[in-house]
Amino acid sequence: METMAIGKAINAGLRAAMDRDPRVLLMGEDIGALGGVFRVTDGLQKDFGEDRVIDTPLAEAGIVGTAIGMALRGFRPVCEIQFNGFVYPAFNQITTQLAKLRARSRGRLTLPVVIRIPSGGGIGSVEHHSESPEVLFAHTAGLRVVAPSDPHDAYWMIQQSIASADPVLFLEPERRYWQKGEVDTDLAPGQVAPLHKARVLRAGTDATLVAYGPTTKLALDAAAAAAEDGTDLEVVDLRSISPLDVDTVAESVRRTGRLVTVSEAPTFHGPMAELASRIQESCFYSLEAPVKRVGGYHLPYPVARAEEHYLPTLDRVLDAVEQSLAA
Amino acid sequence: MVQLLDQHGVRHPHPEYEVHLGADELLGLYRDMVLLRRFDSEAEALQRKGELGLWAGSRGQEAAQVGAGRATRRHDHVFPSYRDHGAVLTRDIDPLHILSIFRGIDHGGWDPVATGVHPYTLVIAAQMLPAVGYAMGVQRDGAVGTGDPARDTAVVTYFGDGATSQGEAAEALNWASVFNAPVVFVCQNNQWAISEPVARQSTVPLHRRAEGAGMPGVLVDGNDVLAVLAVVGAALERARSGGGPTFVEAYTFRMGAHTTSDDPTRYRLAAEVDAWREKDPIDRFRTYLTGEGILDEEFETRLATESEQLAERLRAGVAAMTDPEPAAMFDHAYAEPHPQVLAERDEFLAAWEQHDAELHAHAGGVA
Ligand SMILES: Cc1ncc(C[n+]2csc(CCOP(=O)(O)OP(=O)(O)O)c2C)c(N)n1
Repeated sequence: METMAIGKAINAGLRAAMDRDPRVLLMGEDIGALGGVFRVTDGLQKDFGEDRVIDTPLAEAGIVGTAIGMALRGFRPVCEIQFNGFVYPAFNQITTQLAKLRARSRGRLTLPVVIRIPSGGGIGSVEHHSESPEVLFAHTAGLRVVAPSDPHDAYWMIQQSIASADPVLFLEPERRYWQKGEVDTDLAPGQVAPLHKARVLRAGTDATLVAYGPTTKLALDAAAAAAEDGTDLEVVDLRSISPLDVDTVAESVRRTGRLVTVSEAPTFHGPMAELASRIQESCFYSLEAPVKRVGGYHLPYPVARAEEHYLPTLDRVLDAVEQSLAA
Repeated sequence: MVQLLDQHGVRHPHPEYEVHLGADELLGLYRDMVLLRRFDSEAEALQRKGELGLWAGSRGQEAAQVGAGRATRRHDHVFPSYRDHGAVLTRDIDPLHILSIFRGIDHGGWDPVATGVHPYTLVIAAQMLPAVGYAMGVQRDGAVGTGDPARDTAVVTYFGDGATSQGEAAEALNWASVFNAPVVFVCQNNQWAISEPVARQSTVPLHRRAEGAGMPGVLVDGNDVLAVLAVVGAALERARSGGGPTFVEAYTFRMGAHTTSDDPTRYRLAAEVDAWREKDPIDRFRTYLTGEGILDEEFETRLATESEQLAERLRAGVAAMTDPEPAAMFDHAYAEPHPQVLAERDEFLAAWEQHDAELHAHAGGVA
């Protein structure tokens, strides 16, 4: 067991993957000498060289588009998009090429490309540094979309993403980069939860709280706060937005009868809308209350001084739990 | 503009670009172009008969496509657009694979790995960045500049004049230059992007875009198969030897419609088409070969028979094409199991079997 922050855990995971497989390489803006603006790739260029840790021109379509070509040549590129709001110039390459080439070639082409995106807000930054674009990619067939929420998962999930034969959007909770936790680096592959499985982080009986990425900690905090008032909440960390492990959530909801979801992504047409819909389908007779969603509003991300009003807060989560319990 | 064969079929020397081909190779280029034109006209006819949903013709661009295609080597890698049938056919791809795309039963049935030909893409300029990335992979494999012809590898990507306006095209050129990637950009300037003339894409000649990116830009007569072969061949050789990327503008003309859904009479004058007919790539090569005594009637007769056989094979092949198994659409979206897709597949299959059973019951009732 080692204690490290999420950012460091991803760094260690990248290093392990690069050590293991010489075909793994990193591409992105400022990821070399600087180690990335969040320092996630710190020290990797020094140790693996400029041919494997590639400082690219400032061109996001270029990063993803050329990563596709590299993958076609048998490499396993890991792209860094510097901030969530700057993935849009690469949207064409991700959605029309990366996601579809496997199906279009009837499985003859494999695209093991990982796109790392610092995701979500809460760091008090300026425009386009705080967005939650996951639903755009979850809605694009051919991609996998995952979001670790703690250092242990960050360390293992980045390695699983790189090992995956499918393209993976890897959403890093940017406001949690410095959140520390224990990482067990000694596990064998079979001992690590599969990339697409949700996990129950806290058992409870009164209602189920579901979150992923940056809001998982919030859900745990809310459960701890509710426990003080005698409410026993179960917390599920989705870990993957596509595919969505509905079964794990459904099992929990069948026991608790109530579901409250927490995401930074806007609730309108958001990833939790999909989860809510599937839960109503599979747990209609177990539900004691309508599914409640706490999330971002259908707005361009607000200015930094207003983001605390936009982001789900402890109070908003507890209010939603209260409404669910009262129903 | 590099030209080795003028529009009257007269051969001219060029200080920088030359080709030294034997009679068989020259006849081979001629045969490629004639068969490509037959392929194109047969595909158009099949579309008219309702056998293909759409056809994007290559008539007029035979020299550009065949010249560039024949300049590649077996282990070079090709990233085409959607009109580059000639370039693709020089890679020994079955023409029926191409027709299967336009019939709507496949996205390109060939094996991209075995053939070194990436699937067509309909998204303008989207193939250019993957081509550059592939070339960077070639570099990292050490398959550039070794001096070993069995090892040194180049990448070529084809696109149109309209494609040069896309932001991704600018990224691809710059990127290739910054990384000195072994890639050749072959722009077929066929003067039109659907209804928009090249003047609406650029106020500078397209090959001069290369200057800004920091690579040589060469303008070549795209209706002169020998010049295209020489220029693209030299560019590929430069790439393979580690010299970096080149931009080639093949100046040509699309003789037909953009696709079978297009009506070019709405935007271009007959006079323009007539003027380009004078520069027909096949006619001028025939004149040259005949004048040199390389091409004779016997070859022409044999080629005419071969063209007919090709057309017959295309008609029969398209008629024999079957629609894909409905559930096959679920097969390759993901390499690894995706529970939602698998669940939807089961749902689909259950509904399909139900529907099938009802159909059979109905048919039984009638009988
Ligand atoms: C990104 C994109 N925008 C628009 C289209 C629709 N479209 C198809 S072909 C075409 C013209 C392309 O012209 P050019 O690049 O010169 O190639 P050509 O068809 O002449 O070979 C357009 C606008 C498209 N396929 N992709």
